[in-house]
Amino acid sequence: MNLPALSTKDIVYIALFAAVIAAMALIPPIPVPVIPVPITAQTLGVMLAGSILGGWRGMLAVLLFLALVALGLPLLPGGRGGMAVFAGPTAGFLFGWPLGALVVGLLMERFWGKVDIVLAFIFNVIGGIAVIYAIGIGWLVLMVGADPLSVVTGSAAFIPGDLIKAGIAAFVAVTVKRSYPIIARRA
Amino acid sequence: MIAAFHHAETPVHRLRPGVKIAAVFMGATLAFVFANWIALAILASGVLVLYVIARIPPALALAQIRPALLILVAIFALHAIFDDWLFGLFVVARLVVIIVLAALVTLTTRVSEMVAALEIGLGPARHIGIDPSRVALAVAMAIRFIPVIATQAAAIREAQAARGLHRSFVAILVPLVIRSLRMADSVAEALDARGFETKERVGKDSATIDSQQKPSVEAVERVVD
Repeated sequence: MNLPALSTKDIVYIALFAAVIAAMALIPPIPVPVIPVPITAQTLGVMLAGSILGGWRGMLAVLLFLALVALGLPLLPGGRGGMAVFAGPTAGFLFGWPLGALVVGLLMERFWGKVDIVLAFIFNVIGGIAVIYAIGIGWLVLMVGADPLSVVTGSAAFIPGDLIKAGIAAFVAVTVKRSYPIIARRA
Repeated sequence: MIAAFHHAETPVHRLRPGVKIAAVFMGATLAFVFANWIALAILASGVLVLYVIARIPPALALAQIRPALLILVAIFALHAIFDDWLFGLFVVARLVVIIVLAALVTLTTRVSEMVAALEIGLGPARHIGIDPSRVALAVAMAIRFIPVIATQAAAIREAQAARGLHRSFVAILVPLVIRSLRMADSVAEALDARGFETKERVGKDSATIDSQQKPSVEAVERVVD
């Protein structure tokens, strides 16, 4: 079995997007009036990776980003990094990132001709929120022996912020698609 | 960008990264398989000994837990309220030990060593079509790109501030993503021009791989700088 071949351009896109995700930790969290916690940009980066690069390359970009973190680079919000990040209770959310990007990307590829901001938003919610939360909560429950219901209720506070991110990612993806349709070029 | 590496000349620092990472997996597995206080105490003492050998200052060791502190407290509170506070304490203690053990890898291993270990570790993946040297190049490229993109993001933010749009994610992200994709195209062109896409590999010796990697990273730098 051989994995799908990656061209030079693919590899550069993947490396570059990993860097974009990293740079997003450096954009200061932007306070939003309705939400108690300022939104950090990084999950947005994950949604964008899938939306713009597609399933396979989006997932690899996120994986590359996580690899950089694992190598010891302080690329997570607050300058966090290193292997300890993957050992903690919230590591599941990180593990969910590549899968989330994959799902968003595959959905975007599948419906590329019909994608508008509404569809893009839905895809981002499915991949960027549902998938990531499922893995994150699952991991948390496993690691911590907590009652799943309480974990789910606890995580609910972050959902409004993530919905806003999904909306932003959808808007950016649709706008970029107009001038720089990467996924279409592939097909 | 400063990595979390703490420099010293100790046996722990000299250990191969693969060994250290394997030790973390083993330690974590043991902590979960033998989920009792005695096993945890043994594991914790082992971690403590390693930290002493690695000459990590205690303050730095404690600082490794700080990022997770809030959620650890929340987990303890959850258990204290809903079931058994002692179990909650155990769960938190186990997490602390594992986190601190994992942190030791990052504290005692340079990023460059980790990259090299990654490339070696991916060797077997050749059979499913993953080329370790391309992975290593992707890693090097991404690292090289981060300050460039960060600078671009800052510049865009400033430019949008003039329009009062510096608080809009969209106003920053759309130009950032488009510029990044354009840059990627230039870099890819430059790489192809230097014959990066060599599918024929006569020999897998390091000379062949190095002679491909160095000019590629230089090509990236020439476009990016």
